[in-house]
Amino acid sequence: MKTVALLALDTAAARWATYADVRIVQMRNRALTTKNGRVGHASESESLGVGVRVIANGAWGFSASADLSDAAVVATAARAVEIAKASARVKRQDVHLAPEPAAVAEWTTPYKVDPFSTSVEQNLGLLLKVDAEVRAVAGVTLAETGMTFAREESWFLSSEGADIHQTKYSTGAGYTAYAFAGSEIQKRSYPNSFGGQWQNRGYEQIEEMKLVENARRVAEEAVALHRAEQCPEGVFTIILDGSQLGLQIHESIGHPIELDRVLGMEANFAGTSFLTLEKLGSLRYGSDLVNVVADARQEHGPGLGTFAYDDEGVAAQSTPIITNGRFTGYLSSRETAHTIGATRSGGTLRAEGWNRLPIIRMTNISILPGEKPLTLEQLIADTEHGVYLETNKSWSIDDKRYNFQFGCEIGWEIRNGKRVRMLKNPSYSGITTEFWNSMDAICSRDEWTLWGTPNCGKGQPQQVVGTGHGASPARFRNINVGSAYKS
Amino acid sequence: MLTRERASGIFDRIRRFSAADEVEVLFTGSHFALTRFANNTIHQNVEEENCLASIRTNFGGRTARATANQFDDESLKRAVEASESLARVPDPDPDLLPMPDANDAGDADRNVRATRFFEQTAAITPGDRANVVGQMVGVADRHKLTTAGIYSTSESLEGIFNSRGLARWHTQTLAEISITMLAEDSSGWQKLNSPDVCNLDPLQLAETAARKAVESARPREIPPGKYTVVLEPSAALDIVGFMFWDYSGMAILDQRSFLNDRIGTKLFGENINIWDDAGHPLQAGSPFDGEGVRRQRVQLVEQGVVKRVVYARGTAAKMKKSEYANKVGAIEPTGHGFPLPNEMGEMPQNIVFGAPENPQSVEQMIASTGRGILVTRLWYIREVDPYEKIVTGMTRDGTFRIENGKGQGGLRNYRFNQSLIAMLSNVEAMSVPIRACGEESFDMVVPAMKVREFNFTEVTKF
Repeated sequence: MKTVALLALDTAAARWATYADVRIVQMRNRALTTKNGRVGHASESESLGVGVRVIANGAWGFSASADLSDAAVVATAARAVEIAKASARVKRQDVHLAPEPAAVAEWTTPYKVDPFSTSVEQNLGLLLKVDAEVRAVAGVTLAETGMTFAREESWFLSSEGADIHQTKYSTGAGYTAYAFAGSEIQKRSYPNSFGGQWQNRGYEQIEEMKLVENARRVAEEAVALHRAEQCPEGVFTIILDGSQLGLQIHESIGHPIELDRVLGMEANFAGTSFLTLEKLGSLRYGSDLVNVVADARQEHGPGLGTFAYDDEGVAAQSTPIITNGRFTGYLSSRETAHTIGATRSGGTLRAEGWNRLPIIRMTNISILPGEKPLTLEQLIADTEHGVYLETNKSWSIDDKRYNFQFGCEIGWEIRNGKRVRMLKNPSYSGITTEFWNSMDAICSRDEWTLWGTPNCGKGQPQQVVGTGHGASPARFRNINVGSAYKS
Repeated sequence: MLTRERASGIFDRIRRFSAADEVEVLFTGSHFALTRFANNTIHQNVEEENCLASIRTNFGGRTARATANQFDDESLKRAVEASESLARVPDPDPDLLPMPDANDAGDADRNVRATRFFEQTAAITPGDRANVVGQMVGVADRHKLTTAGIYSTSESLEGIFNSRGLARWHTQTLAEISITMLAEDSSGWQKLNSPDVCNLDPLQLAETAARKAVESARPREIPPGKYTVVLEPSAALDIVGFMFWDYSGMAILDQRSFLNDRIGTKLFGENINIWDDAGHPLQAGSPFDGEGVRRQRVQLVEQGVVKRVVYARGTAAKMKKSEYANKVGAIEPTGHGFPLPNEMGEMPQNIVFGAPENPQSVEQMIASTGRGILVTRLWYIREVDPYEKIVTGMTRDGTFRIENGKGQGGLRNYRFNQSLIAMLSNVEAMSVPIRACGEESFDMVVPAMKVREFNFTEVTKF
């Protein structure tokens, strides 16, 4: 692979590219699903290709091909330079990259069990066992389970001398119980909705999720929601479970801190951001309890945003994003770092695969747990009146990331420190900074989980990557509840 | 790009490598290029070529798939082995049908009377795209605006070969422009695509987006509530697109469709007629489905009554044996299946709205509106309630107040929570349907719509 990469770099240099990097990526995936006791989907896939990114005449060009023959690699690199020269015809200033030491490194996701070493029989056996448990509950009309593994091996070489070989593994699994009756479809998912829980680990991740053990409870809740009362509309105290808080972080912190959005580079599709540059260091983003980091390092945990080097060869870092409620950091790249006065990239440039240009993406954007010991049950016991919401059902936020609305699968009314009744169709909405400033409690480390969001879309052409979000349950005051069903 | 002849040769090699009862290979591939601009500069400019061979093997009622993008013998053998290993694991599925032969699949070529491959689109170079972007940036400069957007061109292929002798091949081109114009406190947007690049007018798109940005400057705020809205075609497309996953036989069988217990009932206004028609001259895409079966023209909604849903072969067979068989209208394979195996079954993806008896232009709709809101684009739409089909989302890039039949300047952006059933019951006027595209749903032939009592629940800060 190194020979292929060097050929591409030599070709770009010979055509007067002032910078070039090459990413060769080999992907392997396994995807399995079941539905109502039968295998729904069983597939494996492999993909191999090379992407060449260059700067020529002060502008970017990128070309990618699945053909790794010498002739094709030369043509791909030459095409990248040709594209860059075309880009230079519509530019206002030259691209400059923040300096970065040229790393030479090898790194692999730490894992105990290579997921691809497990048998399909074992994988499907587990899913079908869960499926049977879910369908054993009367009233369940549809049971769906799924499990996915991915292995991504990449070789990154640059004209500056970087030579990085990384192999990342991710595993994910989950299930959903649906109950259709009368004029309602209700559902409950475990451990999270939209595919379950995902981390950069081996098969041990699956074994630790207690998928079977939770199946009956989850299915029973799906059916019980039909008997529950509609979540009332009004202004309430709410408590969010960790998975929902993870998505709240993703949408209302993770995306607005992407510096390319802030600078207008995503204005046509993903949108811009309310976090304009003058707010850095001064905006009161949240209450004093809100501490958020962007941390791609292994020591943060095995999140979907964990790696050793990003896709332009910058080492993984931890960046304080919100510190005691104050806005302190963006997600940046070598091209954009100078706009916030930084001398080095924050290391957040990532690509979906060999055929995509790396762009600024979330790594692991996590809220730090409370320092004082506080369990979820203690937090509920400390709440006089409110609604506890679990597991995301719908999510939407405007293109500057101010106004959001989330729906959850299930809610519980809290009265005098106790869950007193189940509520169906709970939702809440608000304005990002008002919401985070209303947080008055967050559970401690024992309740903290590094959740995985495997389906974050951004860019044109759109790229889907996984992001991590550490969170523990937290409480928010005076929140608009129920507007999703306001008629 | 992979040719049909080379693909056929790859299929022959795969057949030799396979011990399965039946083998199918789905080829997909593209040469795709996209020039992206922001802040009046080309800031990303990409091109890729890739092709996949996705191999499905059947063993006695069991099926699985493996995909590769390298076509040497070793890679193909590995993919065949992976597919066969996966296929041997599950218990046999009594509902799995044999792969279709040419007779089962129908004559897909009858669907598309004119080519969807245009040499002038395939021939566009990076320099050509830069020239067009330069012209659109010129429009922004002239209006003292900042612009961002894309200009992409592609040629793509889709082919299916199976061991029962079926062979299908489709190639097409597509050119697309999406442009946003940004002013200090407002923005405007336009997007259009076509297989033939000559159908795009970049300067007109840029000028329209610029006009919207200028005219929506200094946006005001009115209280959220129910308003008459005029949805431009892209906005109408993006919101109605969220219901078409439910027009699927499998969704009915799974009881996850809002059409469960509702097929044959009048769900929408009498002025709503909807087809799925892959052969429509304004449509794009292949004329066959994931098994190679010809996509049929299907009327989904007639005068507000939901008539039927679409079917893959296997779903149709299953539905005929189900408790719903007498409640769902016509049951037959319609050529809308996803590649097997899958859990979703099928969906209509070539939606065509029927033309209204008295079409009105957007300008006429505005002129007949006493108090309302004109919406250019909707954003981040998500389903809130799957059976009442309530969806939420935001307006974006050109939201205008209408008073006494006239546009009265820009508005801030609003969140809606709207039932699609109610919305399509409240359509007061429609334009002539056009080919439109958005960002939340797939391309459709859809009209602008004037809708009463559209439910805005919150307003954002810009």
